[in-house]
Amino acid sequence: MSLRTPMARALGHGSAKSGVAHWTSQRVSAIALALLALWFVSALLRMPDFAYATVLGWIGAPVNAVLLVLLTGTAAYHAFLGVQVVIEDYVHGHGLKVAALLLVAFLHVVVAAFGIFAVLRIAFAGAGPLTV
Amino acid sequence: MTYRFQYTMVLSFMHRVTGCALSVGLVLFACWLVSAAGGEDSYARVQGIFTHPLMTLVLVGFSYAFFYHLLNGFRHLVWDTGRGFEKRTARISGWSVFIAAVVVTASFWALMCLGGGAA
Repeated sequence: MSLRTPMARALGHGSAKSGVAHWTSQRVSAIALALLALWFVSALLRMPDFAYATVLGWIGAPVNAVLLVLLTGTAAYHAFLGVQVVIEDYVHGHGLKVAALLLVAFLHVVVAAFGIFAVLRIAFAGAGPLTV
Repeated sequence: MTYRFQYTMVLSFMHRVTGCALSVGLVLFACWLVSAAGGEDSYARVQGIFTHPLMTLVLVGFSYAFFYHLLNGFRHLVWDTGRGFEKRTARISGWSVFIAAVVVTASFWALMCLGGGAA
């Protein structure tokens, strides 16, 4: 039996029933990201130098490229989930909140797309100036 | 103000602040990848910015934010299992994370400099 009033039900406000899924996604992505990020930190420490050829060879190596794609995607996803909660908590006013959430969602996807494209380009085609 | 100020509030808020900062740091990470994909000249240009002393300071800040968020994230995961909420335990773990992040950040940059990488 629902304790909500008919009016409340008609308005459709209240729980969207998606809180648990968000909570779980945040934890799962956190664990994945912790592992990927620790791999990246250890790779930075093992990098002999940061000369162009060294870095390019490292990014383009198959296992590194796959892990970098996963790292970029997971980081952007986890970051979006976190920033989303911060916006929901601190940005007031429905319009402004929706606008901020949309903007932040787009930005995280764009950053991830650029990062992943860069890694794949190095891995598949080698680097070089892009002609538009 | 309804709440009496306690430093644990700062420690808790820092998880959000460092998280948001790392979201910006992700842009720098992507810039680094894109600059490498763009060829030798673009890599050199971005590397020139990254190795500028002021930018190195910014990167040290980001690395502290990263290690703090990572370590405090573990603390949150432990909390999610329902453990570690005793006042004393939570205080100790809070301070431990704060200090451990400083130590790990310092060690990371020391090793980076020793390794010849030096960013």
